[in-house]
Amino acid sequence: MSATPGSSMRTPRRRVAGLGSARSGTGHFWLQRVTALANLLLILIALPIVIWAAGQEQAQTLAILGHPLVAIVLLLLIFSVCFHMRIGMQVVIEDYVPAEGMKVLALIANTFFTIAVGSAGAFAVLKISFGG
Amino acid sequence: MAGAAERPLSPHLQIYRPMLTMMMSIVHRITGVALYLGTPLLVAWLLAAASSERAFTFVNGLYGSWIGLLLLVGYSWALIHHALGGIRHFVWDTGAGFGPGPRELFAKLTIGGSIALTGVLWIVIWLVKG
Ligand code: HEM
Ligand code: HEM
Repeated sequence: MSATPGSSMRTPRRRVAGLGSARSGTGHFWLQRVTALANLLLILIALPIVIWAAGQEQAQTLAILGHPLVAIVLLLLIFSVCFHMRIGMQVVIEDYVPAEGMKVLALIANTFFTIAVGSAGAFAVLKISFGG
Repeated sequence: MAGAAERPLSPHLQIYRPMLTMMMSIVHRITGVALYLGTPLLVAWLLAAASSERAFTFVNGLYGSWIGLLLLVGYSWALIHHALGGIRHFVWDTGAGFGPGPRELFAKLTIGGSIALTGVLWIVIWLVKG
């Protein structure tokens, strides 16, 4: 990071290949769209199922959530949502956290949080499915 | 940042007159962050169901309470609003709908549609679940 404007050691090509402040170019923009569409479709399928399963006796809820087709939908939903919200929150952090150190910490916390939530959800669905 | 001083800065948010389209953009971000913070709630329910009857009864009690139901209604509204906002983004991604007329219409459809759909959703839930 050169302090004096115009005296950067980086070539114009390198500056482009640096892919901007997010360092991921348009890749994340596209993934945000793909996961958004996946979220939308999966939520439309999962919402009625969740409403049906919620508020029942535990055995009933487990039977519904443990059905292979339901479990697969829920797993896909959890994966898609957590991916989508990780890159979405990354944009928010890049917009509002200017200090480089804090930004990196926030981005790491974002990764930890989304992977932890996703893994916990996936574990629960698998445990229910496999009847443990 | 290299070259930062050479670029003009865009005027910041507070110098613009608040407009509906601008509010919808901000609300899309706020609902996105709210949903982000809300996913552990769904996971908590799944984990409780997977764990034990005690955990399940406890979490069910939370969601069955006044505050819990309020949270669920809020969550469903945020989800619907954010999803409609997302669909609006899909339309924009095709290059359509950037004119002043469509922009304003989209904003009204997002806010009106999200409130109406949330109402319909919970009426259906109430009818089905009693
Ligand atoms: C629980 C589910 C969801 C969560 C946690 C979530 C979270 C987020 C977050 C944190 C952002 C970043 C906000 C910003 O940059 O302003 C975002 C952006 C976005 N979301 Fe979602 N979202 C969810 C569901 C959906 C659905 C169902 C759709 C699609 C219909 C969708 C479409 C989008 C789009 C298109 C963007 C990018 C907006 C932009 O480029 O400014 N999201 N989401
Ligand atoms: C964050 C995600 C969610 C979690 C963790 C969750 C969890 C729960 C739980 C544990 C119950 C049982 C309450 C009881 O036994 O009284 C419940 C009830 C219910 N949930 Fe959800 N839910 C979530 C999202 C949603 C959404 C998005 C909707 C609808 C839009 C919804 C609709 C309902 C309905 C209709 C009931 C029944 C209410 C009742 O019987 O009093 N839930 N939910």
